[in-house]
Amino acid sequence: MNTGQVISGLGHIGLIGWAFLGAFKAEPLPFDVTAVSVISGAEFDALYAPQSEPETVTQVAMPPEPANEIEAVAPTVEDTLPATEAPETVAEPDPEILPDVQPVVPTPAPDLADSDPVVPNQDFAVAAPDLSTRPVPRPSERVAPEPVAIPEPDARPDPVEQEAVTPDESTEAETPAEEAEATAPEEATTEIVTEAEEPSGTMTSSLRPPRNRPTPPVRQAEEEAPSTTDNADVLAALQSAEAEQPATEPAAAPAGPPMSAGERDALRVAVSSCWNVGSLSSDALNTTVVVGVAMDEGARPVTASIRMLSFSGGTEAAARQAYEAARRAIIRCGAKGYELPPEKYAHWKDIEMTFNPERMRIK
Amino acid sequence: MRMMRALLTGLSLVLATAAAAQQGPLRIEITEGVIEPLPFAVPDFVPETQGSGEIGRQIARVIAQDLTGTGLFRELPSTAFISQVSSFQAPVQYPDWKAINAQALITGAVAVTGNQVSVKFRLFDVFSGAEMGNGLQFNGTTDGVRRIAHKVADAVYSRITGEGGYFDSRVVYVSESGPKGDRRKRLAIMDYDGANTQYLTGSDALVLAPRFSPTGDRVLYTSYETGSPRIYVLDVGTVSRRVLETGNATMSFAPRFAPDGQTVLFSLVNGGNTDIFRLSLGSGETTRLTRAPSIETAPSFSPDGSQIVFESDRSGTQQLYIMPANGGEARRISFGTGRYGTPVWSPRGDLIAFTKQSRGRFHIGVMRTDGSEERLLTASFLDEGPTWAPNGRVIMFHRVTQGAAGRSTLYSVDITGRNLRPVQTPEGGSDPAWGPLQR
Repeated sequence: MNTGQVISGLGHIGLIGWAFLGAFKAEPLPFDVTAVSVISGAEFDALYAPQSEPETVTQVAMPPEPANEIEAVAPTVEDTLPATEAPETVAEPDPEILPDVQPVVPTPAPDLADSDPVVPNQDFAVAAPDLSTRPVPRPSERVAPEPVAIPEPDARPDPVEQEAVTPDESTEAETPAEEAEATAPEEATTEIVTEAEEPSGTMTSSLRPPRNRPTPPVRQAEEEAPSTTDNADVLAALQSAEAEQPATEPAAAPAGPPMSAGERDALRVAVSSCWNVGSLSSDALNTTVVVGVAMDEGARPVTASIRMLSFSGGTEAAARQAYEAARRAIIRCGAKGYELPPEKYAHWKDIEMTFNPERMRIK
Repeated sequence: MRMMRALLTGLSLVLATAAAAQQGPLRIEITEGVIEPLPFAVPDFVPETQGSGEIGRQIARVIAQDLTGTGLFRELPSTAFISQVSSFQAPVQYPDWKAINAQALITGAVAVTGNQVSVKFRLFDVFSGAEMGNGLQFNGTTDGVRRIAHKVADAVYSRITGEGGYFDSRVVYVSESGPKGDRRKRLAIMDYDGANTQYLTGSDALVLAPRFSPTGDRVLYTSYETGSPRIYVLDVGTVSRRVLETGNATMSFAPRFAPDGQTVLFSLVNGGNTDIFRLSLGSGETTRLTRAPSIETAPSFSPDGSQIVFESDRSGTQQLYIMPANGGEARRISFGTGRYGTPVWSPRGDLIAFTKQSRGRFHIGVMRTDGSEERLLTASFLDEGPTWAPNGRVIMFHRVTQGAAGRSTLYSVDITGRNLRPVQTPEGGSDPAWGPLQR
C-alpha cells in the first residue's frame, strides 16, 4: 500500500466520521410548549355530558303567593308591661291577714274520655318508583281579570295547629258556644338573649361579597348496566341468608325496613317543637328523663301508656316536673299523629324518648 | 365471584340480626326544646254567695297578673273559652280546654259572709286530664283579697314549675320624688308587684339601703338624720325605730341581717378606713371581721350563715370576695374586666348577684359562688342594687335614666335574663330589698 492510498483512506474516514457527527444536523424549529394533563374517557364524558344534551327551555311560572299567611307573632309577654292595679297610698300599714288554709275535699274524677275527632285512614304510597319521571312543565299562571276573594282571617298564633270550630247547627240553639279561632304554631325561641347580650344593631364589619366562582361541572352518576350474573348471585346469597335465619313469630303489624335516620329525626324534631322548658325550675332543667310511650297505628301516642322509665341528674320532685313537661310535649304534638311510616309500625309501636335539657339550661 | 357471594351472605346476616334486635322500642334523644310561656286559663271564680261575683272576678285577675308577670305563663283570654265554669264541683270538659290549647286550668269559687271571705281553687293539667295536687281553701277578710289571690297564684306557680312562689311577698325600698338635684327620699313598703304602697319614714332626712329581716318583721336602714350615716332598726308592724349602737365610729352603713335574724353585718368607717363588722343584737357585742387598709363593704351572708360575700378594692379595683362568717382569709371570686359591687347571695345559695361597671355601662349579673359562669342580665346607663326574690328565681334592682331629668325606677328580671320589666310605683324608687314570703 503506497502513501497516496493511505492518505486517501484517512481522508475518507475523516469525512465520513464528520458527516455522522453532525455535519448534516439541522437547526430545531421554534415551537411553544404547553403543559397538558391526561384525563380518562369517563371524566371527559362527565365534563361534556351536560352540554351534550340540551334541554328544552321552558317558561317557569312564578310560585303563587300563599293564600293564607300566618299572622305576625304577637309581642311576647316579657315585652309588655304588667297591668297591675294602681297601688294605693296608705299612711299606716294594715294589720296582717292570716288566711287559714284548708284542703278541699276532692271531687270524683271526671270522665277523661277524650272525644277527639276520628281521623280517617289515609292512603300511603307504599312503593316509590325507582326513577323519577321527567317533570312536565306547568303552564304559566295568568293574572285574573277579576280581583280574588278576600282571604280567610289570619290564624291566631298557637303552638298547636287547630282547625277552626264552626257552630253546630243542631246544638246551636241549646248552647250558644262562641266560635273558636283557628290557631297556628307560634314562633318560639330556643335561645335566651339577655339585655346585656342584645346586639346594638350597628355593623362591626362590612360583609364580604361572595366570590363568583364558576360552578364546576356536575359529574354524572355512572350507572352501569347490572349484569344478570351478578343479580343471580345476589338473589342466591339473599335466599341462602333467609334460609339460615331462624324462623320468627309472624308479625301482626307491618315491620318493613328499619327506621331511617331521617324518619327518626323527623319524629325528634316534631316532639322538640312542643317540648316547652320555659316554665321548668332550674333543678328540673338539670334532670334528664326517659319516657316510654306506646303509639297506635295512627301514629298517635296512647296517653295512658306514657310513663317515666328513669331519670338522672336531679331530685325526684324535679324529675316529676321534667316528666310532666315531656308528657305534655308528646301528647300535644302527637294529637293529630306523628309523621311516621305506617309500613314500619312494628318499629315505632313502642318508643323510648330521652329528654335531655342540658343544652336548654342557660342560653 | 365467590368472594363477593360470601361478602353478600355475611352482610345479609348482619342486617337480619340487626333487624331482629330492632324489635325493641324505638329510642330517640331530644336535646332541643322551646322556651315559651305556658298557656293557662283562669275563669272568674264562681260566686257561691250573693254579691261575691266581683271578688271572684278580682281574684282571677290578680292570679292571672301574677302568673303572666313571671314571663313563664300566658293567659288565654276568656273570649276564647268554649266551656264556661259555672260550678266548682262540675267535672272539667278537657276537650274544650284542649281545643284552645290551655295546658293548665285554674278553677275556683268564692264565698263572702260579712267581711269574711273564703276562697278555694283547683288546678288541672288539661293534656294529662288530671288534677295537679289537691284543692286548697283560704279564709281571710275582704281587705285581704289580693293576698289570698297571691297565695293561690303561689300555689299554682309552685305546682307547675316545682319552685316556690314569690307573689305573697313585700318589698321595702327608697321612694324618691322631686328633681334630681333636690331629691326627697323616704322608706316605703309595697307588695312585690307595686301595689299597696305604704310609707315608713318621712322625707326630712336622707335614707339609704333598707334591708328586711329574715322574717320580714323588721327593716335595717341607713339614715343621715344626725348628719352622718347611722344604722336604724324599724319595726314594720308598729313603724317604731331605734338606732343601732355600732360603737364609736363616725359612720356606719350597709347593714344586713344574718339568716338567724339575731346578727347584723355592717360597714364602719374608723380613722378613715372602712371595714366589715358583726353585731349581735342580743348582747350588743361587736366583732371586727376584716382588717385591711382598703375599703371593705356591702357584706351579705350565705343562706346557711357560714360565709360572707363582700366587695373590696384591696386588689386595686373593686372586686368581690368571700370569707368565713367569723372573718379570716378572703378569696377573690370576680376576675372579669370592670368593677364589681353590691353582691347579694341567692336564697338558694347557688348564685351571687352583683352590680358590674364596665366600659361606661352598668350591669346586673349573676355568677356561681366560685366566680364561674358569670352572666350579665341587664345593661344600661346605671343599674344597681340587686335583691333576690324569696325563691331565688327573680332579681329586682333599680335603674336610673340619663340626663338632668333622670328618674330612678325599680325593675325586675328573671335570672335567665328574660322578662325584664319595670315595677310600677307611685314615685321613683331605688335600693329595693325583697322580703320573705308572708305567713
